[in-house]
Amino acid sequence: MPMRKVMKGNEAAAWAAKLAKPKVIAAFPITPSTLVPEKISEFVADGELDAEFIKVESEHSAISACVGASAAGVRTFTATASQGLALMHEILFIAAGMRLPIVMAIGNRALSAPINIWNDWQDTISERDTGWLQFYAENNQEALDLILAAFKVAEDERVLLPAMVGFDAFILTHTVEPVEIPDQEVVDEFLGEYVPKHAYLDPERPITQGALGFPAHYMEARYTVWEAMENAREVIKEVFEEFEKKFGRKYHIIEEYRTDDAEIILVTMGSLAGTVKEFVDKKREEGVKIGAAKITVYRPFPIEEIKALAKKAKVLALLEKNISFGIGGAVYTDVGRALINEKEKPIVLDFILGLGGRDVTFENLEEVVEIARKAMDEGVKEEVYWIGLRKEIL
Amino acid sequence: MAENPFKENIEMVEKEYSEKMTPGAIVYLPGSSVVNKTGSWRVFMPKFNRDKCVRCFMCYIYCPEPAIYLDEESYPVFDYDYCKGCGICANECPTKAIEMVRETK
Repeated sequence: MPMRKVMKGNEAAAWAAKLAKPKVIAAFPITPSTLVPEKISEFVADGELDAEFIKVESEHSAISACVGASAAGVRTFTATASQGLALMHEILFIAAGMRLPIVMAIGNRALSAPINIWNDWQDTISERDTGWLQFYAENNQEALDLILAAFKVAEDERVLLPAMVGFDAFILTHTVEPVEIPDQEVVDEFLGEYVPKHAYLDPERPITQGALGFPAHYMEARYTVWEAMENAREVIKEVFEEFEKKFGRKYHIIEEYRTDDAEIILVTMGSLAGTVKEFVDKKREEGVKIGAAKITVYRPFPIEEIKALAKKAKVLALLEKNISFGIGGAVYTDVGRALINEKEKPIVLDFILGLGGRDVTFENLEEVVEIARKAMDEGVKEEVYWIGLRKEIL
Repeated sequence: MAENPFKENIEMVEKEYSEKMTPGAIVYLPGSSVVNKTGSWRVFMPKFNRDKCVRCFMCYIYCPEPAIYLDEESYPVFDYDYCKGCGICANECPTKAIEMVRETK
């Protein structure tokens, strides 16, 4: 029987790692994800997890050790956040280019300066072009589930790409929630033992990994990463379906909530989706036709799903905890990419909010809906709306 | 100069690697590193004095590339296509038979 425990998001991630039975975990502590490797090191020390826990001197070394371990042919896991992820940046490309299915848990946190340890998505969003799959969890249960699913997708022969699973700093990493821990046998059935498909050490089969790629080969090598990411779209659907069969919880690439007759759809990711759903319920009671959509899988970007969503509403309001300076929200530009060739498209609005742990309140969301309503009659007034900005101190 | 003993491997690697892209651009045969001529960015080159050489093989053993072969008489032969000019051979040579000189184009 699955066991129900009350735990922090970090612990849920550690439990997911334990259930997946990686052979190597290399990690460096960083707020807010410190507890993940801490808990895993406990599991290893207590003999509950048969794995090598490598203590490294930086995040750059952590991911490098993971690349080495994964290239040697074992399941590999790590966790980090924010500046730590930024320090890994260089190696993230290498992990994807070498097609190593490493899974990484990330406590989504803001980037400096100023130094800020609280939640937004700038860290993972900034790594969107590295070739890693990206999943965003709404609650602690999803953090655990998506890590398991991420292993399955990453290790699929058609994909073979590393994956990161983001869960919001403090809002999830340090908040206790009831989490259902699946049975080890069911997880074993779901994931199976990791059998390396291409990258493994064998004296009978000498290979060169991470080799020099001349102009004659580099472009083809990059194309295979693109192709793998495209294949992932189908694989993710299959894995989510199998996940539902095994564990009874259904995941969607984009989860829609009360969108059927909605005029305004609030599109968001991560834990903010919980707040937004709550808000949608409240507005529905008031008779406002409003819905919500949560992007669970951000890379590969769900282009088809966004197109389908766009057909349902008059306004798509993108609520983002990140900013790409000089253009606007990163997800907004992706949604724009998805819709650019559509004949009929809704108004798409870009809202930046909740950066660096700023609370996103119902008042903020009321403001969003007000702007969306006005946009229907009067058109779009601003390229980017900053919600909850204290203009008086600027 | 002695013929490169990896010649056959190099040809195989070049053929395999150019015909099919492997996942992660892995090269499945040894010897691909010798396809890339690493001697092209050398600053210093080893100059060998045959008279001083006692045929101890130290240069051959220590060369990290390995860009030194032994000829029929066990004298070292330097493969300048792959020698990076690191100077380890000159440093290890007990009789100072190898001197590093600045290479001029």
